[in-house]
Amino acid sequence: MAKLFDRLCGCGVSHSADFTCAEEAPRDGTGELGRAVNEAAMRAAFPEASTRRAMLTAFGAGTLLAAIEGFLPLQNAREAMAQATGAPEKRDLKIGFIPITCATPIIMADPMGFYRKHNLNVEVIRTAGWAVIRDRAIAREYDAAHMLAPMPVAMSLGIGVANPIPFSVAAIENINGQAITLANKHRDKRDPKDWRGFRLAVPFDFSIHNYLLRAYVAEAGLDPDRDIQIRSVPPPEMVANLRADNIDGFLGPDPFNQRAVFDGVGFIHLLTRELWDGHPCCAFAVPRSMITDTPNTYAALLRAIVEATAHSNNPANRVEVANAIHGPNYLNQPLTVVQQVLTGTFADGLGGVQRVPNRIGFDPFPYHSMAVWILTQMRRWNQLPRDVDWRAVAEQTFLALDAGRVMRDLGMAVPANPLRTETILGKTFDPTQPEAYMASFAIKRN
Amino acid sequence: MNATVPVWRAALLSAALLFAFLFAWEMAVQGSATGGPATVDPELAALLSPEAARGSQTAMPAPTAIGKRLLELLSDPFHQRGTNDQGIGIQIAWSLWRVMAGFLLAAVIAIPLGFVIGMSPLLNAALNPFIQVLRPVSPLAWMPLALYTIKDSNISSIFVIFICSIWPMLLNTAFGVASVRREWLNVARTLEAGRWRTAMRVILPAAAPTILTGMRISIGIAWLVIVAAEMLVGGTGIGYWVWNQWNNLSIADIVIAILMIGLVGLALDRLLGFIAQAVAWQE
Repeated sequence: MAKLFDRLCGCGVSHSADFTCAEEAPRDGTGELGRAVNEAAMRAAFPEASTRRAMLTAFGAGTLLAAIEGFLPLQNAREAMAQATGAPEKRDLKIGFIPITCATPIIMADPMGFYRKHNLNVEVIRTAGWAVIRDRAIAREYDAAHMLAPMPVAMSLGIGVANPIPFSVAAIENINGQAITLANKHRDKRDPKDWRGFRLAVPFDFSIHNYLLRAYVAEAGLDPDRDIQIRSVPPPEMVANLRADNIDGFLGPDPFNQRAVFDGVGFIHLLTRELWDGHPCCAFAVPRSMITDTPNTYAALLRAIVEATAHSNNPANRVEVANAIHGPNYLNQPLTVVQQVLTGTFADGLGGVQRVPNRIGFDPFPYHSMAVWILTQMRRWNQLPRDVDWRAVAEQTFLALDAGRVMRDLGMAVPANPLRTETILGKTFDPTQPEAYMASFAIKRN
Repeated sequence: MNATVPVWRAALLSAALLFAFLFAWEMAVQGSATGGPATVDPELAALLSPEAARGSQTAMPAPTAIGKRLLELLSDPFHQRGTNDQGIGIQIAWSLWRVMAGFLLAAVIAIPLGFVIGMSPLLNAALNPFIQVLRPVSPLAWMPLALYTIKDSNISSIFVIFICSIWPMLLNTAFGVASVRREWLNVARTLEAGRWRTAMRVILPAAAPTILTGMRISIGIAWLVIVAAEMLVGGTGIGYWVWNQWNNLSIADIVIAILMIGLVGLALDRLLGFIAQAVAWQE
C-alpha cells in the first residue's frame, strides 16, 4: 500500500509515504513524476491490465511510449507536472455549483476572498441540477465544478455518459453532512425493517446518497430495488414531495433535511455520519486536461479550495461562513436553516434540539479507499457491469497526491496513506480486499 | 353575443371576482395558520418556522404577503449583486432576448420555406411527413440533444425556442400561400407578371394575415417554452428565476413569477395582434 503512494511522489527519492520529501523534484520531467505520467499514459492507452502487460513484454516500454507520444504530448505533461508554482495561465474561471451546504468551500471562497488571494477571478454559477452540471462541465462552459464524488468516477469510466470523459476529484468538498429525513407520519417507524413499500428519494443515481441508502436498507434485509422504491429527485423537490405525501422520506443533502424540519413536514431519522463517519459526499471536480493544459491555474485553484475547505472546517468559523453563503447569491435559504446545518445545533423534528458539532465536516483529502468503496457499490448494483482495476481507477480519479501536497504546503496534517480502512455500517471495509467485501453482501445485483 | 356589454361593467365584475378570490385565499391561509398553542421552548422555536413551532406545516403565503414581496421585487427590478442574484427585470429581459432571438431565427427560415412549400404541391407533399413528426415534439425532449450537440447552454435554449416556434409559422405560411385565390393568380398571369412580382405583389399581401396568425401562435409557444428551457438549463432568465425560487421553496416568489410570465405573454400576444390588424384586409 505504501509502495503505491511512493511511486506517485514527485521528489524522485524513494521514502516512506509521509510526504517529507528530502529533495526537490527534477524540473525537466524526468524522475518519479515523469515516470508517473508515463505510467498513466500507458494505462490510458491500454486500460486492460493483461493487454498492457502483454504489450509491454512484446514491445518494451520505450517503444510503446514512443508510439503513444505520437498522439499524446507526454513531454509537455511531464514538464507541466514537475513545474513549480507560477502565474495562472488562465485567471478568469467559471465554476458551477448546486446550492447545497456541501458546496460550502466552493462558494464561501468567493465572498471570503480565497480565489482572489490566489490571483484568480472566479465566477461561481448556481446550476439547476446534477445532469446539467455534468453536461456543462463536459462542454467546458465550466472550468471546474461541484460534483457528487461518484460522478467523476462514473464519467471517467464512461457510465452514465456517451463516452468516457476523464474527470478527476481534485479535492473532497465535504464529509458527512447528509441525513435520512422521513415524513412526520412515520415517527414510529424508526427501524428500516418496517420500510417495506416506502418511496424514498436520492439526488442522483451516481451519488453517495444512493449507495448509502441502498447499503442501509440492504443491511436491514430489504432489497432496495424490490422492497422499496428509490427515486432520483432534485433536493428542493424532496421537501415539496414530502409535504405532498408523494414520498415517505429521502436521503438527501442539507439544507433540505433541515428545511423539512424547519417547514414542519419531516424529521431527521439519522445523520449519515452514523452510517459511515467521514464518508465523502461532494467533490471539487476538474477535467483531467486542466492539469496538463493549465497546471498553474489548477495549482492555484486547488490551493484556494483546500484553504477554503480548511477554513470551513473550523468550528469557530462556521457561523461566519453561514452568514456569508445563506443569501440570495449563493444558497438562497433562511439563515437559521444554514446555521443549524453548519453549527450542528439543530431541531431534529421530533421535538428535541440536538448538538452534533461534526454533523458536517470539510476534509479535502480524496482517499483512494473512498473511490474503491464507490466502485464496489457501482459493481454491487450493476451500474458498472464489468470488472475494473480498482486501484488504477481510484488513483486516476481521486488525486490524493496533489491534494496532499497542497495540504502539506498549508501546514495541514496529511494522511500517511490514501488507502484507509473504513467502518461502514458497522462493517470493516479493507480497500485492499474489495472482492472479499463484495462477496460478503447477501443482497446485490451482480 | 347580441347586446354589447359596456366595458366598465365587465371591468367592475372582473375586479369583484379578483377581490373575492384573494379574500377567500387570505381567509383560508389565516384559518389554517392558527394551530395549537405555542408550548415549545424558545430555543427550539427559534430553530423552526413559526408554523412548525406550533406543530403544523408552513402555510401557503397569503395574498398580502405576496403583495408585499411583489413591491419589494418591483422596487429594485434591475439590481445586480453578483452572478446569482439579479433583479426580476433583468431576468425577464434575458428571457425576452432569448425568445426574440429564437423566434426571429425561426421566422427568417419558416416564412421563405413556407412560401416555397405553399407554391409547390410536390414539396408540400414531400416535406409534410417530416413536419408532422417533428411538430409535436416537446421542447424538453429537444433540450438534452441540443446541450449534447451544441455544447452551449445559452445557444441550446435559443435553439429550443427556434425548433418549437418554427412549425406554426411554416404551416400557416404554406397554407396561406397555397390558398391564395386562383382568380388573383390568373389575373397576375394575364398581366404577364413574373414569378417574383406575383409572389411579392399578389401572394404575400394575400397570405399576410395567415402568416401573422402563425407568428402569433409561435410567439405564444416560444414564451411557453422559454420558461421550461430556462428551468432546466439555469443561469439567467425568468424560468431560471422560477427554478431558483423553487429551490428556495419560496412559494410567494413563484406566484409572482407566474403573474409576470402571464403579463409578458399577454403583451407579446397583443403586440403581434396589432401587427396582424395592420396587414389584415377585407374583401
